Amino acid sequence: MDGHAKPQQNRGLTAIDAVSALLTILLIVQMWLLSATLDNYLAGHTDAVLPAAIISGLIFVSCFALYRFVREVDKSARG
Amino acid sequence: MPEKRACEPLWREEFSVSKADERYVNRRQLAKFLTLGSLGMFAGNLWIVVRSWFRKTPDFAAATVANASEIPVGGVKLFQYPKPGDQCIMVRTAQDNYVAYSQKCTHLSCAVYYAPELNRLECPCHQGYFSIHDGSVLQGPPTRPLPRVVLERKGDDLIAIRMEGEV
Repeated sequence: MDGHAKPQQNRGLTAIDAVSALLTILLIVQMWLLSATLDNYLAGHTDAVLPAAIISGLIFVSCFALYRFVREVDKSARG
Repeated sequence: MPEKRACEPLWREEFSVSKADERYVNRRQLAKFLTLGSLGMFAGNLWIVVRSWFRKTPDFAAATVANASEIPVGGVKLFQYPKPGDQCIMVRTAQDNYVAYSQKCTHLSCAVYYAPELNRLECPCHQGYFSIHDGSVLQGPPTRPLPRVVLERKGDDLIAIRMEGEV
């Protein structure tokens, strides 16, 4: 391992940790969204069902993009 | 070097022999797990959308459930609607105002009763209170409102025509 490899690796790890924290927050928001939507649906209110699904889909796309970013960081840092 | 990694077998990517690389593998797998969790939540929301599209509103037959004059103001009448065994409660809240709800608490299905001094429906099991005006929850633990029986008055007859809310 040369002198530049370790700082480069640590930067990669820090970036991945930050992304993981963001992913966790997004997942918690999605869990809340799902439980609130289910509660509304069971109460007979279906107005919010479609907007909630769209927002959940957007959050999933964000999560997938962040996962792709993690893969790229992983590839570039480990060479 | 992407060319070199492209030739590597999958097991080497997932089970690194290097301690330094293992930290990456662990974090990448956590990110994958979180992303799959996000996909699961999205699938759950889509499932609710599909269920709401194909939801059939139950079509219950109208039924005469009471005579208007038999209930005094502030009085209560119990009846069964839409099927025998589906206990409902009707309250005459004013001279010309009648409201009716399913009597099953939306928490654990205990029978709610009318508390005239506080003008609300109360569940004696866990102190869940419901508004007499629209059946909404005034105090937990129930989170969903009482299903409402829509009434129509024809002469002296009070006719239940349908249920509103999750039956």
